[in-house]
Amino acid sequence: MADLAQSKVDRIARLDATPWQDAGARGGFWSGIFSSISDIWGRRELLGLLTRRELKSRYKDSALGFLWSLARPLTQLFIYYLVVGQFLGAARSIDNFAIYIFAGLAIYTLFQEIVAGSTSSIVVNSGLVKKVYFPREILPLATIGSALFNFLIQFVILIVAAAFVGTLAFGPNLLYGVGSLVLILIYATAIGLILGALNVYLRDVQYLVEVVLLLLLWASPILYSWPQALQHLPAWLGQIYLNNPITLAVISFQEAFWSPGSDGPVLDHLWTRMGIAGLIGIVLLFFAQRWFTRLQGDFAQEL
Amino acid sequence: MTAAVPIVRIDNVSKRFIIQKSKSLKERVVNAGRSAKFKEDFWALRDINLEIDAGTSIGLIGPNGSGKSTMLKTIGGIIQPTTGSITRRGRMAALLELGAGFHPDLTGRDNVYLNASILGLTQKQTDRFFDAIVDFSGIEQFIDTQVKFYSSGMYVRLAFAVAIHVDPDLLLVDEVLAVGDEAFQRKCLDKIREFQAEGRTIVLVTHSLNQVTDICSRAVLLNQGQILFDGLPHIAVKDFRDVLEERRVEEVVAHGEDPGANGSILSTTVHARGRAEGQQIEAGDDLVVRVTYEHPTGIDDWIATIQIDNFRGMPVYGTATSRTDTHLARLKEPRTIEFVLSDVQFGAGKYFINSSLLDSEKRHLADAPQAASFDVPYFQLADGVVRLTPTISDLG
Repeated sequence: MADLAQSKVDRIARLDATPWQDAGARGGFWSGIFSSISDIWGRRELLGLLTRRELKSRYKDSALGFLWSLARPLTQLFIYYLVVGQFLGAARSIDNFAIYIFAGLAIYTLFQEIVAGSTSSIVVNSGLVKKVYFPREILPLATIGSALFNFLIQFVILIVAAAFVGTLAFGPNLLYGVGSLVLILIYATAIGLILGALNVYLRDVQYLVEVVLLLLLWASPILYSWPQALQHLPAWLGQIYLNNPITLAVISFQEAFWSPGSDGPVLDHLWTRMGIAGLIGIVLLFFAQRWFTRLQGDFAQEL
Repeated sequence: MTAAVPIVRIDNVSKRFIIQKSKSLKERVVNAGRSAKFKEDFWALRDINLEIDAGTSIGLIGPNGSGKSTMLKTIGGIIQPTTGSITRRGRMAALLELGAGFHPDLTGRDNVYLNASILGLTQKQTDRFFDAIVDFSGIEQFIDTQVKFYSSGMYVRLAFAVAIHVDPDLLLVDEVLAVGDEAFQRKCLDKIREFQAEGRTIVLVTHSLNQVTDICSRAVLLNQGQILFDGLPHIAVKDFRDVLEERRVEEVVAHGEDPGANGSILSTTVHARGRAEGQQIEAGDDLVVRVTYEHPTGIDDWIATIQIDNFRGMPVYGTATSRTDTHLARLKEPRTIEFVLSDVQFGAGKYFINSSLLDSEKRHLADAPQAASFDVPYFQLADGVVRLTPTISDLG
């Protein structure tokens, strides 16, 4: 009993010295971002566990497990290669067409998985959101983790195939791949946070997102080359098309893993364009996070 | 006793809920102009001020919809208050629902790690506690089985085991103690007492009033988002019963009925035979309880009952005219029924008398909760609600 009484005194003395903190996430517009980030950083283990949970439960009880995550992109590759490439003749104007589409598909699938996953993440985990406090950003962020894992598998296949076909070259061009990945992560996270929060209030968002993502697949130069699209677009629309972050990411990913051994069009000032898109993306991400924080206080009651 | 150290501060907290009647985009767009019509708001909490001291156990009680769960959630940071601020310090764990975050497709082991992490333990800490958690839950055999194959009992055991091994300074508990069989509930309560002895702070929301008087050192009675009473648990419990009675009467009125239409209890008195009202009741006294009833339209078959509660609101005695086969004449004009309980042997403390008027189907027509009270003096040899004289000898 003496121990218990002592631990009681110790605990209360320790609490007396502990600083006060706000219940839940709050804070000013500018200072809040730092407390949010440190909050999330403090719970990084939870982030890891939630990512693992997502991956483990996705192919639960299936004999082939993770191999299934390859089935979809490889089937897509096969269909597009055969139908778009051979039947419709796109392969004639684009060298190493299979590598070209797989590079584009891989980076676009990453974007698609993050955005679609984050959008529904809060609603899917409503049981948690209503009952336990933790930084809610963790839920969309966990979908990034599992999407990155799938991306990694596809990426390994892409590297092996590119090496086999001869479009893989070690040099500064690989930096385009890194830039492309960063750009996609910034935008997917920002959009995912906004849509994830919005979906709590309007469930229509998740269905709308599916449709828009399908549209974006065809609005990016994945299955055709960008000069082909520019021929048919008015100049102003062409500029929007060319400078939107997804197109830029797709082009630079192809630049990294397809261009070296292939003869394709070169987009000038690619680094500058990506740099500007990246900066805008970071500002967007900042506002997305602030917006998310503002809305998250009401998640529990809306779900 | 050291000076009180607050652990939670609630300043002027109000919470407004807006109830949207439309959820889809189409409905919202269509109704955009008339949105006020499709919204309804109500205040779940209004101007709540409360300070909770470290090491105390505080019970939140109140009728359904009084805002007690909302209050617990705002303390937990799950819901943000509309106005006002809540600050707290130290590590907090919320037991709002056992097993929140258990994923059915993962094994018990994975779920322990995940759940502990959600409650704020690091992986290392969980490693250290893992054996203790599994041991406490008593389901070692199934720890590597997916939780979807667990029985609900196993599920709750594992979840509770995780929750108590998180080392919280502040523990928020919402109704979860009602889950599980008696043995499990006792285990929970034992653990809570251990927590109290260790100086942890417990905020408990419950409908079990016995639990409040049993565990808590302070109780807050909420009604319609406001604090009605803040202080000693048994007084809060008494006030709470009054609120419930008021509500019942209001409901009757709201249904267009006169609250006295089914009869009413005009007075309840208690005294020991040979002593005046208000004097203490000694062992061996004959207790005389007189209840006066009336019924506006008249009722032929009726039953008069009394019940005696101890100060914690726990029933210790009850009797009725139907049990003694006492024939009661038609009730219309005020009638007084006398109950004499001979040779009473109550333990020390304060007791309350609840009287009721029932019809022949035993439906309650009128209740007078805690309508009268009496005191029993201190008994040196024992405590409890019955007074029995012990003779203790050492048999070697």
